[in-house]
Amino acid sequence: MTRPRPVYLNLVRIRLPLPGLVSILHRISGAALFLIGIPLLLLGLERSLGTGDAFASLRTVLAQPLVKLVALGLAWAYLHHFCAGIRFLLLDVHRGIELLQARRSSVIVLVVSLALTVLVGVRLW
Amino acid sequence: MKRVLVGAHYGLKDWVAQRITAVLMAVYTLLWVVIAVIHGGIDQALWQALFANAAFRVATLLFGLALLWHAWIGMRDIWMDYIASTALRFSLEVLTVVVLVGYAVWLAAILWAPR
Repeated sequence: MTRPRPVYLNLVRIRLPLPGLVSILHRISGAALFLIGIPLLLLGLERSLGTGDAFASLRTVLAQPLVKLVALGLAWAYLHHFCAGIRFLLLDVHRGIELLQARRSSVIVLVVSLALTVLVGVRLW
Repeated sequence: MKRVLVGAHYGLKDWVAQRITAVLMAVYTLLWVVIAVIHGGIDQALWQALFANAAFRVATLLFGLALLWHAWIGMRDIWMDYIASTALRFSLEVLTVVVLVGYAVWLAAILWAPR
């Protein structure tokens, strides 16, 4: 008996394993950093190095709740991309490729990046 | 194998480049962390002193160039995976390159703007 293939391509119903979750979040965070992160970072850098009280005015912009929220989101994107990236580099050199270790390192990536994001949030508010 | 204009490069080069640029950016990121820890935070004076330093500006530009390369490979992979139309994919890839090179020039302009 042959099973109908592809087995499942309904994204909502696929139960993604943890390493898969880390992987797709790596992609999503990377795209967010490209689309939103880089231009905002450049704008911020330009402002911060401007003459006069540019640095202070940037601080006022950063004090707005909505801006803080965007900054926090981007901080998570960077931190997740960073941590997941290190995990992928370790996988590249065949560190932690066993299923159990791969699952464990996925949890570590998710938890560490979220914890560091909380830390950034605490500093922001 | 059918080779198309906007296909992959069918090689190891991009895979290696993605990892080398990643490590370079991680080192630059940790440099910021070390600076922040040593000085117990980063205030305006330190911020401006850092960017007044030529070596730091060069390091920042290198980070920017690594980011450009890294983001290009990543975004190209995303377009390749999800955009089936060759014409649209090619357009998005060209747009990505134009935007990224623009960002790199902008970064250099910011870093070496007369102050």
